[in-house]
Amino acid sequence: MAMTPDAAVRKRFEDRADVQLRKRHLPLIIGRATDTREARRRDIFAELDLPGLRNAAEAVRAHTVANLHTYLDRFAERAEARGTKVFFAATAEEAVSYVRTLAAKRGARLIAKAKSMASEEIHLSPALEADGIEVVETDLGEYIVQLAKEPPSHIIAPAVHKSRTEIARLLAAHHGRSLPDDPEVLTAFAREVLRRTFLEADIGISGVNFGVAETGSLALVTNEGNGRMVTSLPPVHVAIMGMERIVPSFEELSLLLPMLVASATGRPVSTYFSFINGPRLPDEVDGPEEVHVVVLDNGRSKILGTEYQSILHCIRCGACQNVCPVYRQVGGHGYGAVYGGPIGAVLTPLLVGFEKAGDLPHASSLCGACTEVCPVKIPLHEQLLALRRDVAREQKPVVEGLAFRAWSTAWRRPWGYRLLARLARAGQGMFVRGGRIRKAPPPLSRWTNRRDLPPVARRTFRERWKDR
Amino acid sequence: MPPRRASLFVTCLVDLLYPEVGEASVALLEDLGVEVDFPEAQTCCGQPAFNSGFEEDARRVASGLLDAMESAEAVVSPSGSCTAMVRSHYVHLFHGTKDERRAEALAAKTFELTEFVVDVLGVDHLPGRWEGRVTYHDSCHGLRELGLTGQGRGLLAGIEGLELVEMARPEMCCGFGGTFSVRLPEVATAMADDKIAQSEETGADVIVSGDSGCLMHLAGRLSRTRSRLRPMHVATLLARARGLAPASR
Ligand code: SF4
Repeated sequence: MAMTPDAAVRKRFEDRADVQLRKRHLPLIIGRATDTREARRRDIFAELDLPGLRNAAEAVRAHTVANLHTYLDRFAERAEARGTKVFFAATAEEAVSYVRTLAAKRGARLIAKAKSMASEEIHLSPALEADGIEVVETDLGEYIVQLAKEPPSHIIAPAVHKSRTEIARLLAAHHGRSLPDDPEVLTAFAREVLRRTFLEADIGISGVNFGVAETGSLALVTNEGNGRMVTSLPPVHVAIMGMERIVPSFEELSLLLPMLVASATGRPVSTYFSFINGPRLPDEVDGPEEVHVVVLDNGRSKILGTEYQSILHCIRCGACQNVCPVYRQVGGHGYGAVYGGPIGAVLTPLLVGFEKAGDLPHASSLCGACTEVCPVKIPLHEQLLALRRDVAREQKPVVEGLAFRAWSTAWRRPWGYRLLARLARAGQGMFVRGGRIRKAPPPLSRWTNRRDLPPVARRTFRERWKDR
Repeated sequence: MPPRRASLFVTCLVDLLYPEVGEASVALLEDLGVEVDFPEAQTCCGQPAFNSGFEEDARRVASGLLDAMESAEAVVSPSGSCTAMVRSHYVHLFHGTKDERRAEALAAKTFELTEFVVDVLGVDHLPGRWEGRVTYHDSCHGLRELGLTGQGRGLLAGIEGLELVEMARPEMCCGFGGTFSVRLPEVATAMADDKIAQSEETGADVIVSGDSGCLMHLAGRLSRTRSRLRPMHVATLLARARGLAPASR
């Protein structure tokens, strides 16, 4: 991809956001798509006991994550008993090198990929491409952003930031023919060109929605059916699974899968559920010869046992992105990380560290819309608050620290507060025009560059109260 | 028996920038037979520091509020956000300190103004007269932390001549977010413009909210862009409609 992830994250959110804000049409495109999803989500849950379902889903996730290693061991044992190879990758590098080695051993030249945020997280495709392998994304949205040479901008809808016209133009340019901006025609066209990939690919790479500990199976949801092809047609299937994506058994899965699909798309069932139990058995007619599961830690186990543990409950539904008013304005790319929106603003600093992403927890107005919709009840905006505290403790920003200390020293006592008010009133005179401040010196210029500021009242409420 | 006495927590923004909102709140409460006092030791709930991650500074300022409201029977504030700070975050902020109990006590007796009128006093209809089309912005903290949805709207519904028109997404954040509005001013402004566009689409003359922070942000953008939409605090509108406050500043 265009930027290496770490460099991208390290750049300030504010700079990236300002670049995104210059794309005037962006909030409209994102808004239309996310509002539709959110409206459907509300509709579908309107007839169900949403609070009850959320409680149940939260309980399952909390129990599983609290006992993660037990369930992971069970998962690995059962999966291996069925012939699946399970590899525990502590870091992104380990995960990538496992897949590269495998690809080299198989002499792979073409890889078909289904949607996988974990593979984006470890930047698997660029590494494989550097080895001279052609990697083709087979999810339509992923295919579009791949053609655009961009990272996905939404967990569920990777190309949510692209208009239909842009998509038509991209596909047309790449395939040297003209195409209408009709989504159905475009989808059909993309399917046609991707068919070759499924049939000729040496390896299929997918993500995992849930790994079932009881049976060692993998559960995969797609709405285009490409997941099924990627995991069954090529001779080798590699699944990249974040280590927290485990459920104890099919019983919990029967709760979480519909919750995921309904929260993500607002539809009762996704078009395709796939369950993968391992490589093809001697008496089976199809399925890959080899199945590999790469279980990815990459910073996750550091979160276990901290006050942020519940962020590992996330089932990657994207609902928090759909309702986030900041995400709406700046899109996923504003966050400079694989995971954008509220989930990303919490998870990214925890995974990559405060030095690189310590400003992401501030990329929120703390409106709480995310917390309200999260199907597994992660208190996202409270975690953002806690992260702000932890980032301030670790980074000790000098100017801000002094400013807040001066502020709290004055405002902890009413006389200090009154004194500051009087000083402000005396000092503001030269800036007030027609009852408002249109231009103020820094740092208040950060307000007045775009908005008028009300002056301190000639008589404050407490002064008026005294004269009652 | 609902409390007949209440202490006003006016909030720093209202005290310093919008004193008429404080006066309107007092007028409304007194008109309903509540005896209002104003503990003068109060300053601010501490939210700016708290939301920036500076808990110690937030605690220093917040403990001043604990002192000021120590003997209050009930505390009423014309701000969903500052009320939510006290009610939802003080217990956590003072957890494990000597003030923990006092924080719990204050949290339990603090109410947002419309909430106090409707849910505590049991008044859900305020007769009055005010001509105009009004759209209502749900301030995030009032809505999601206090669960206020119908109180403000319900009181406005009783006003003769007032037409309430809902914008497409009344629950969507306006982009104020306290220090967020200066930390990420461009994003905050884009969010305000979104909110303003939705409000203008309704044909409303006035955008009403229960939080002066949202209103300051929206007002600043409205006057900068020369919109004809006027921002107004719900307390101000109600007081004017009931003839309890001067018609304009
Ligand atoms: S944090 Fe919650 S709402 Fe956001 S993607 Fe994860 S599960 Fe969905």
